[in-house]
Amino acid sequence: MDASLIDWSRAQFALTAMYHWLFVPLTLGLGVIMGIMETIYVVRGDEYWRRVTQFWMKVFGVNFAVGVATGLILEFEFGTNWSNYSWLVGDIFGAPLAIEGIVAFFMESTFIAVMYFGWNKVSRGFHLASTWLTTLGATFSAWWILVANAWMQYPVGTHFDPDTVRNEMNSFGSFLEVAFSPMAVVKFCHTVSAGWLTGAVVVVGISAWYLLRRREERFARSSMLVGSIFGLVACGAVMLSGDSSGVMVGKAQPMKLAAFEGLYDGSEHAPLTIVGDLKIPNGLTVLATHRWTGFVPGINDILEGGYTLPDSTKALSAEEKMSRGVIALDALTQYRLARAAGRTEKAVIMREKLEDNMPYFGYGHILDKQDLVPPVPLVFWAFRIMVGLGSLFCLVFLLLVIVQYKKQLTRWPLLLRVAVWCIPLVYICSQAGWVCAEVGRQPWAIQDLLPVNAAVSALQSPAVRITFFIFLVIFTLLLIAELRILFRVVKKGPQIEEQDNEQKQTD
Amino acid sequence: MNLLNTIFHFYLDGFRQMTLGRTLWALILLKLFIMFAILRLFFFRPAMRGMSDEQKQQHVATQLARPQNGH
Repeated sequence: MDASLIDWSRAQFALTAMYHWLFVPLTLGLGVIMGIMETIYVVRGDEYWRRVTQFWMKVFGVNFAVGVATGLILEFEFGTNWSNYSWLVGDIFGAPLAIEGIVAFFMESTFIAVMYFGWNKVSRGFHLASTWLTTLGATFSAWWILVANAWMQYPVGTHFDPDTVRNEMNSFGSFLEVAFSPMAVVKFCHTVSAGWLTGAVVVVGISAWYLLRRREERFARSSMLVGSIFGLVACGAVMLSGDSSGVMVGKAQPMKLAAFEGLYDGSEHAPLTIVGDLKIPNGLTVLATHRWTGFVPGINDILEGGYTLPDSTKALSAEEKMSRGVIALDALTQYRLARAAGRTEKAVIMREKLEDNMPYFGYGHILDKQDLVPPVPLVFWAFRIMVGLGSLFCLVFLLLVIVQYKKQLTRWPLLLRVAVWCIPLVYICSQAGWVCAEVGRQPWAIQDLLPVNAAVSALQSPAVRITFFIFLVIFTLLLIAELRILFRVVKKGPQIEEQDNEQKQTD
Repeated sequence: MNLLNTIFHFYLDGFRQMTLGRTLWALILLKLFIMFAILRLFFFRPAMRGMSDEQKQQHVATQLARPQNGH
């Protein structure tokens, strides 16, 4: 397969996914914050909180409008650029994505209408329920998308059928195994809590901007309080789920973990690298195994094999896996030929041979064992950016909660400025998280089963390159449109004080 | 019938009273037009369009069963 075709197809998919991922976290996070604010309004019966909620709903609306349906382009790309992959996983992707589509359409489109059009038209309780159900619908959508993604990273609960050439779920039990795989659970928790963090950073950052300009002070203080406390909770959730995610990656994708750490030679007491030579002794072993002593393989160990796996078997070398992959591919061909010729006995033998070597199926497409190593510098630094910025946000939330408790918020302009700058940084952080998860698993489209060079459709490379640049232009224009509308909304502000003054004059 | 009428007017009033929403809907419709009327029609034709399921199986099996590492 033409290397430039693979690279341009990956670049195009990455561009689309990363663009889509700009909008999702804020939808997930701001939705919860709106729900909390509206709950305060309903419990206290204070109109002021209703106006606070309405302002954040405007911001939510802009983000939602620009982000909605951008994920559909990924589905177009599956069929066009990744047709082999698309056919192979059809059953696994079909069910979760169909559920996602139905749930997203009915829950979000129904309740979002009540959320925006229903003020003064439905009861407070029903409106509040609609706001929470809109957020729940978005979170539920994220669950099914992440189930599909988690299966690619950790393909469990399915069976490869050489007759249909598809991975299939044979029973409701296997559906549950896919839907609730440990990878799906940790991915969901980490992704959604990262979304909460994004929502909190945006609310806190915009509130800080108003406070620095001495505008909308009451509104900014209230929003800052809700945002920073929620942000602190989100930080805890991100850290806990990130820790579980690290253990899961260590078990299912050891090469990805080694790339996160730039670890070439593993050990029983592997250190955690901060940057350069600054390391925490034994840190990686503790994080990856939750034990004081435990072997964490490095890149060279994974390629050479021979170390003991958690199930006490010896790890195979990359060459051995590649040989067994070729046997699996050959068995698939022989099985299909034998079955077509009506040679049942040979078909049975070949099918057994295929099943014996199925765990290494994808290795048959690996050209060189070095191709099994993801781009280490990119993943290494993306991981540090993600963790470093995540830690910064936690510190900022903690300081903001403390200064608010001491009623000294406006005495810390530097902290407020940092809070404003955290808005672009949180997007860099979440994109770095995407790079860790998706670039870190290269070359696999489906871990151990299908590398990208076998997943890609046989298209003309220039055609893919052209669409990449068309997307780049369209996405950039849409993003500019969103930012312009968003800046206009924020500059105008909630105008709660002005509305109050007008009301008083009328009275 | 009354319920349907109420729902219809709920949406109608909601759309009529939109301010910022008008701009956002214009943006959504423009985006959907670009996606479905341009990208989908001219740039994203499914690679296995027109094939039966059996042909797709054979096509993918042929593509997958071809070892690329020269063994």
